[in-house]
Amino acid sequence: MMKEKRELVSVPGKWDISFNYAAGKTVSHFLAQIRDNGRILGMKCAKCHRVMVPPRSFCERCFVPAEDWVELGDEGVVEAFTIVHDVFEGSPPPPYAIAYVKLDGADTALANFVDGLDLSDISEATQRLKIGARVKVEFASRREGRITDFKYRIIG
Amino acid sequence: MARNVAIVGIGQTNYTTLRNDVTYPELVFEAVTKALSDASMSIDEIEAVVFSLAPTSLVGVDAMERWCIDAVGAKGKPFMRVNTGGATGGSAAQAGYFHIASAFFDTVLVVGAEKQGDTPDTQLILNQIWDPRFERAVALNAINMSSFQAVRHMHKYGTTEQQMAMVSVRDHKNALNNPHAHIRQAVSLEDVLASRVVCWPLKLLDCCPRSSGACAVIMASEGRTRKLMQRPAWIKGIGATTNTYYMGDKMETEMFNDHGDWDELALAAEHAYRMAGISNPAKQIDVAEIYGPFSCLEIAAVEALGFCPKGQGGKFEEQGFFNMTGELPVNPSGGALCSNPIAVTGLVRVAEAALQVTGRAEGRQVNGAKTAVATAIGGSLQFHTAMVISANL
Ligand SMILES: [Zn+2]
Repeated sequence: MMKEKRELVSVPGKWDISFNYAAGKTVSHFLAQIRDNGRILGMKCAKCHRVMVPPRSFCERCFVPAEDWVELGDEGVVEAFTIVHDVFEGSPPPPYAIAYVKLDGADTALANFVDGLDLSDISEATQRLKIGARVKVEFASRREGRITDFKYRIIG
Repeated sequence: MARNVAIVGIGQTNYTTLRNDVTYPELVFEAVTKALSDASMSIDEIEAVVFSLAPTSLVGVDAMERWCIDAVGAKGKPFMRVNTGGATGGSAAQAGYFHIASAFFDTVLVVGAEKQGDTPDTQLILNQIWDPRFERAVALNAINMSSFQAVRHMHKYGTTEQQMAMVSVRDHKNALNNPHAHIRQAVSLEDVLASRVVCWPLKLLDCCPRSSGACAVIMASEGRTRKLMQRPAWIKGIGATTNTYYMGDKMETEMFNDHGDWDELALAAEHAYRMAGISNPAKQIDVAEIYGPFSCLEIAAVEALGFCPKGQGGKFEEQGFFNMTGELPVNPSGGALCSNPIAVTGLVRVAEAALQVTGRAEGRQVNGAKTAVATAIGGSLQFHTAMVISANL
């Protein structure tokens, strides 16, 4: 019997599902403070005194509820970073930089985009964007209560 | 007291991007039939099934394990799905081990598949694993998560882009000897360093491919194993440890752990080594199969596994310590850098380790290998598993 070349068929599909993720009482307050007052708050554990951001309603190390808000500084230090040069569906057009920054007064680092750097030459960009570099928080003038209401900018 | 458990059958498909000739369950069926044939067993002799399946959004059918019940012959048998992200295959292998070590079952089939070729952008899917309030919005994905690990390792220990590239060169060279490997093309140090930047410091050739493929491992109790074969691979030790959720918590001045290091893998390995009676892994382990889908991750892993001092992974790589001809060959298969069927990448490590210690690894065989360690990692570098596999009970 002749071996006939058979066509392979694909059936298209797309997941397009809406959600409204409840931010919860704790993070709702955090996001509202960013939006309304341009303030970044951390949550302090009464037992180990760790200041956590993202804030959370319990300290997983001590396994106790946490409810003591503290205001964090609007500057901090880079703890990790990357410079993205590739296109990812659903992400911003490259290049862009993301950094984990430990804000003054916090014990944990918070990720966000880094603004105001020329990222075309990586060796030049990494002279300024590096672990230990100081950054300042820059809020958008119109804020909607999202983590993307602010970016980091390298100072000095 | 845990019963002894052996690996008695292994089935792997080839790994590649597209498998449009089969559905996902058909891909699973391929690996199952290969493993049964390898063990000289029939599907009726399998008493329970552990299904190794990472986030189902990668294959686009929710609860995909349901569709695979028939392909794994699960009718009338207990069936469970295991998911710890990238560590899924390592966790599934441990679940299989528990089935038999506990004396509840004498045979178990651990199997799964990945079919990433059906969707164009894996990183969009992996972006969905993050906290939508904080991390998803800032474009996190598996690649930049690994970049954060890399820059911390570079900062703490002086690890270089060149050393990371050497990992990739080694894996690609090894993959040439593995007929199942997805990427079978040698690359030079210059190729890796000159490949385009994806998420600095990671370049294209520091990153794994998007693979489709299936892997099945059959495990059996000692009694059943003795009737089946002369040369099984014995599971001598297992360990698993989990880290906390937020990556930014692992960047404290007062370290209790660090995103740059894999202290959890060290804990998991410590447990597995203790069970296996291994006190000096660099000497007692003959070969390692490490889950490192990005070059920088293998450097953190060899340190955590105790193959070299902390911070020295890059230097040891430079000296060829982990080459096929080196003191402790790592990833003779080419590793996750050359094939990453995410749901089963951890299980492939177990399968490859078992092939090594039974002298069945063909062109990629490490001469005289008797004891191997297989690892897996998942989540945002949170779930770690380690398994020691040996020719000797
Ligand atoms: Zn606490």
